Amino acid sequence: MNRLVFQNIIRFLLLVLLQVLLLNKINLYGYLNPFVYILFILLLPFETPGWLLLVLSFITGFTIDIFSGTPGLHTAATVLAGFARPAVIKLVGEREEYDASMYPSLQNMGLKWFLTYTVILVFLHHAALNFLDVFSFTEFFRTLLRIIISTAFTVLFIILLQYIIVSRKGKR
Amino acid sequence: MRNILAFIVRFHFLLLFVLLEVVALAMFVNSTYFQQSAVLNSGNVITGKFYTSASNITGYFKLRRTNELLSIENAILRQGSDLSFLKTDSTSFWKKDTLYRQQYKYVIARVIHNSVGKRNNYIMLDKGKRFGIEKDMAVITPNGIAGTVISVSENFAWVMSVLNKHTRISARIRKNDQMGTVVWNGIDPSVGTLTDIPAHVKLSRGDTIVTSGFSNIFPAGLMLGTINDFRVEQGEHFYLIPFTFSVDFNSLDYVYIVKNLMKEEQDKLMQTTENQANE
Repeated sequence: MNRLVFQNIIRFLLLVLLQVLLLNKINLYGYLNPFVYILFILLLPFETPGWLLLVLSFITGFTIDIFSGTPGLHTAATVLAGFARPAVIKLVGEREEYDASMYPSLQNMGLKWFLTYTVILVFLHHAALNFLDVFSFTEFFRTLLRIIISTAFTVLFIILLQYIIVSRKGKR
Repeated sequence: MRNILAFIVRFHFLLLFVLLEVVALAMFVNSTYFQQSAVLNSGNVITGKFYTSASNITGYFKLRRTNELLSIENAILRQGSDLSFLKTDSTSFWKKDTLYRQQYKYVIARVIHNSVGKRNNYIMLDKGKRFGIEKDMAVITPNGIAGTVISVSENFAWVMSVLNKHTRISARIRKNDQMGTVVWNGIDPSVGTLTDIPAHVKLSRGDTIVTSGFSNIFPAGLMLGTINDFRVEQGEHFYLIPFTFSVDFNSLDYVYIVKNLMKEEQDKLMQTTENQANE
């Protein structure tokens, strides 16, 4: 159990650093804003209690907000993603044989399952984030395009990260 | 009572979600315009230190470009200084005297955090109250204007970048002195939009847009960009003019914070006039 907590803290720190130092600076023609830190919420164990999931989402979003100078923006979007996570897991299909430490990763659940799960949650998160940021529906299609492109890039990045972690574990 | 408790236990997930979301949205709404929340200002110290150490490293990669910009600016300034003029008339001489009073002062600052990809972008600078930085000061670069200071802490300043939904800069076309307003429509960090130019004015591509100096914040005549394209939408009486920013917002490093020494006086005058009008 301790190992699990430790593992998640490290993951949290690495993802926040990656987001703040590297990905926040990526921008292509104003349409591409990957927010890979959401992977932290995606990879929490299945058995994470609901309240903890929400509190962790809040903390994650708030940390990113502090570093981006956008109070509440990432927090609201990430809490929404955390809230939706159990429903999405149910929707995509649960498995029977969970143990407490099992988490929804690519190597645990397979590519198809993980991809569906990731796309839904990342899209939800990015949609909330971008619409809040623009704070009106007047630029609807432009915002939608931004959401779709950013979602695609974030998902791609998350899948790549998962493969890198898998191959590293294989070597051990 | 037991029922309420049972209700809370039963729906704790939903209730907690609503609670956290309300907290987040409250933070968001209260800070959209001017990011002055206490949380952020105390957060400024931590994030400021963090970004300072990060930009200490990344700063090296921009050195060549920064030097280039500075030497170009130096050349321009040197050209205007007394030393580059040959005295041709020995009987009269020119000296700066009381006819000139300094209106603007400049403080050098470094950009330690910056973004261009969001709808509303902000910049963090490494100078704050301690260097006399205050809210509503202009932030400019050798190439043009970068933003406006919106909040300061002891050592850092938050700047609303020109790349922001709330940006409205009073501007003018240098060639014919037509007044307009510069806004940013949120896609391309290198393209801004000039509005409020009447449709009868003659324009051409490449015309220079500069600040009008009417805002008490930005000095007059600072470069904003050059016109890319212009069109009049159907049923409108004003042009829609996309233009290329002269500043590359993605590579901001050293900037000047401009202090308008007469701002207080200007503001006061405006306020008294407004008060009189309201009476």
